[in-house]
Amino acid sequence: MAHLPLSEQDLIDRYGPHLNRAPPGGWNAGLKIDKVVDTHCCFCGQQCGIKLKVADNQVVGFEPRYDFPFNEGKLCPKGVKRYLQGAHPDRLLEPLERDPAVPGGFRPVSWDHALDRTVAEIRRIQHAHGPDAVAMLSGVSLTNEKSYLIGKFARLALGTANLDYNGRLCMVSAGAASKRALGVDRAPNPWSDIPLADVIIVAGANVAECAPITTSYIWRARDRGAKLIVADPRVTPLARTADVFLGLRPGTDSALFGAILHVLIANDWLDHGYIDAHTVGFADAAAAVADHTPEWAATVTGVPADRIIEAARLWGTSATGMLLHARGIEHHTKGVENVNACINLGLATGKYGRPGCGVCTITGQGNGQGGREQGHKCDQLPGNRDITNPEHRAHVAGVWGCSVDEIPGKGITAQEIVEAIHDGEIKGLLSICFNPLVSLPDTAFTRRALDKLEFYSVIDFFLSETAQHADIVLPGSLHEEDEGTVTTVEGRCVKINAAVDPPGQARTDWHILRDLAWRLGRGHYFDFDGPEDLFEEMCRASAGGSADYAGMTWDRIVAEQGIFWPCPEPGHPGTPRLFEGGRFFHPDGKAKFFPIRYRDPAEVVDADYPIWLTTGRVVSQYLSGVQTRRIAQLVDQYPEPLCEMHPLLAGRVGVVSGDRVTVTSRRGSITLPAKVVETIRPDTVFIPYHWPGDKAANTLTNRALDPISKIPEYKVSAVNVEKASGSATVTDARDTRLHDGESPEPNR
Amino acid sequence: MIGGQVFVIDHSRCIGCEACVHACEECGTHRGTSLIHLDHLDRGVSTQTAPTVCMHCEDPTCAKVCPADAIKQNEAGVVQSALKPRCIGCSNCVYACPFGVPRYFPEPDQMMKCDMCFDRTSQGLAPMCASVCPSEALWYGTPEQFAERRPGELINEFRFGNQAVRTHVAVVVDDRHDGPLDVTTMTVRQRWQDDPFGLGVSYTAGSTR
Repeated sequence: MAHLPLSEQDLIDRYGPHLNRAPPGGWNAGLKIDKVVDTHCCFCGQQCGIKLKVADNQVVGFEPRYDFPFNEGKLCPKGVKRYLQGAHPDRLLEPLERDPAVPGGFRPVSWDHALDRTVAEIRRIQHAHGPDAVAMLSGVSLTNEKSYLIGKFARLALGTANLDYNGRLCMVSAGAASKRALGVDRAPNPWSDIPLADVIIVAGANVAECAPITTSYIWRARDRGAKLIVADPRVTPLARTADVFLGLRPGTDSALFGAILHVLIANDWLDHGYIDAHTVGFADAAAAVADHTPEWAATVTGVPADRIIEAARLWGTSATGMLLHARGIEHHTKGVENVNACINLGLATGKYGRPGCGVCTITGQGNGQGGREQGHKCDQLPGNRDITNPEHRAHVAGVWGCSVDEIPGKGITAQEIVEAIHDGEIKGLLSICFNPLVSLPDTAFTRRALDKLEFYSVIDFFLSETAQHADIVLPGSLHEEDEGTVTTVEGRCVKINAAVDPPGQARTDWHILRDLAWRLGRGHYFDFDGPEDLFEEMCRASAGGSADYAGMTWDRIVAEQGIFWPCPEPGHPGTPRLFEGGRFFHPDGKAKFFPIRYRDPAEVVDADYPIWLTTGRVVSQYLSGVQTRRIAQLVDQYPEPLCEMHPLLAGRVGVVSGDRVTVTSRRGSITLPAKVVETIRPDTVFIPYHWPGDKAANTLTNRALDPISKIPEYKVSAVNVEKASGSATVTDARDTRLHDGESPEPNR
Repeated sequence: MIGGQVFVIDHSRCIGCEACVHACEECGTHRGTSLIHLDHLDRGVSTQTAPTVCMHCEDPTCAKVCPADAIKQNEAGVVQSALKPRCIGCSNCVYACPFGVPRYFPEPDQMMKCDMCFDRTSQGLAPMCASVCPSEALWYGTPEQFAERRPGELINEFRFGNQAVRTHVAVVVDDRHDGPLDVTTMTVRQRWQDDPFGLGVSYTAGSTR
């Protein structure tokens, strides 16, 4: 039974989100600081260094970590307030079992009961319906060690092929494109290359809000005179300062990149020597864009042709250049094609493997890079190995000490798992660190799917909107309650240090998974004492793969402030910059161009749904908001989703800022305040997606998937926008909080 | 300059993320109360934002207008919050400050303002806001480090009508001889900024806030 045990409001009353505003004991508790722990932020893929202050086994504050080279003490608002997730009133402290008869809808149970019931239900379902009828969903806020453990746990303890992770919603399209073009899935540059670029293209990346620390790297390039080109449907805070702004219509990225390649070819702004020596497939890629003229692209993208030509000229004639892209071009049914179109621009001009040259995805999640390498993706084994490749399977079976046949084959992806649950093919679910009820497209569909589960067990530290549907809740660990490693946006593996022990009866995630494996009768494969054992085994499993960690140790990672993979043997210095000397990771050493022609997104506007919708993030919230919607200051900054729209559209709809609008797609509708700004295309609205229920932008989004990477098309939907009754009290918290005459309430 | 270090504001780099607003609250001298200002110039037309810390005037207007002599500069030149026993909560300083920095707090009936994280700067540490600022719009270091790290010139002299003000905090400009800094109008540096989406008209609806 995966229906909610009580009403959603009753569950929120008991389990939150509630807001934590001050450290334990209040602002002036004067606690004696027992220790200050060097670690990293728990949120995005930038993985900024931070020091956590600890008193009485509680995190009570932070101190900038000036000595970590990536961020030199810098933090975004989420990093500054991340410590307030500790000692939080919503923290899950004991195992729970669904019970609609008790207040709160869940009753505390013993660990033995919670684990035994989970194992019994998994066995019952698998006995009746086969091993793949139980699925596991995971997340890449987890460390490398946990990611590795989950990959092994799902395959050898659960015995299911159906394991996937929320990186599927993040940058899998970039990974798939890089792998097929370059033979490896990693941003090819250390971020210290960015300031060395003479031209920077930022495509579909709201750097200032979603990767704020990267801003300073871009500013440093501009300090040297670099030109900045930004492609985005909105004039983001970074775009405001661009030399060339390409304000394209959502879903037309490949038309823009195709036209830029067309202009490069037409003007011979190419590096023929590089193309001949180090690549294959240029002729086909060139033929594919022969008709992608800037004038044609202007009609598709809405970007004036002269700006497209100017962007191409800057990219093609600059000695060095970097192209940074993120979810804005990746969250598409053409996600892989869009990224390959970017890679084509890098290869055509020889902008790889040199200082200040590269095409990089800005990985979104905390361990978005490392998490996808260690084998908890439905098609991969550790070391970024392919689960369908017999040699790769044999290597991993050797490390795991199992027969190759014990490793299941390729499973289905995250969205497909939810669809299989909806269709009744998957009946049991174990999840950790994933909140699909907020993060997957088409929220109503996800909710209907969850209601159909026969059994659902969840490992989490707060009761997320998805976890509210669970039969058993296993209280796991926060980032600061366990140690391990993560691999950052740069491909740099860094050390996460534990600051405190899990509170109450909560346990570390590896402890819970090991107990489950033992109870499933598979303990002989899970004979380890902690994350460092897992790290050593993971390094052996990765050896010889493209993401090779074999030469790393925890001690080295700490001493060297992180190590960039590949690091194939002890003493190897690591590899900050890939592809030096034009050597790519394919067997022939060459990179591949792909012919990319523009095609339409899955859904296009029509008479009934005439407005484009694109979704994204705001700076004060992180992903599905399970943590950041519980921190008061971050909620104050942007309390609820707003519908950004241009004054021309607002005029047609008949609203001004603060009026409420109803936005409707073929999937559903939500009503929210309008935020009328000239910084968005007049044919497009933007809604951030961090909220659940009647505030969920994903109520509107489309379940259409990229055919290769299976990433959903969050960035393009067709909607209608109408005036609704009522108006918001606040449309920009900052203006009332800090700008009006009133003094703010001091926080005591 | 305070103790050989200069606090620098470069409005053109501000991305409005509010890391400074949240970090200010962590300052040891006024825990739980954020005193920095961060404003949208006009969100209806631009994402441009502007952070304001206390400029720490050499001859502070706030202190000159205080009828209770409650606002003091310390030996390093840092202008401090009103002394609690003296402050009468009249808000003269709030109205008089040319930069709009001081704020009156009904609880605890006192003017409070940025004190340049004196608990940190006196120990050689950067202030909280300049430590965390992701874009280095707020920056703290020696003038030599500034010159080595980035372009732009520093000005610390401002005119407000007939009043000339010299400050310890500096603002970054392209060329200090271009005349007085005006952060309240948006200078269009790139032609596209008049018409970001190529609508063919310069769309100027003004503020929609």
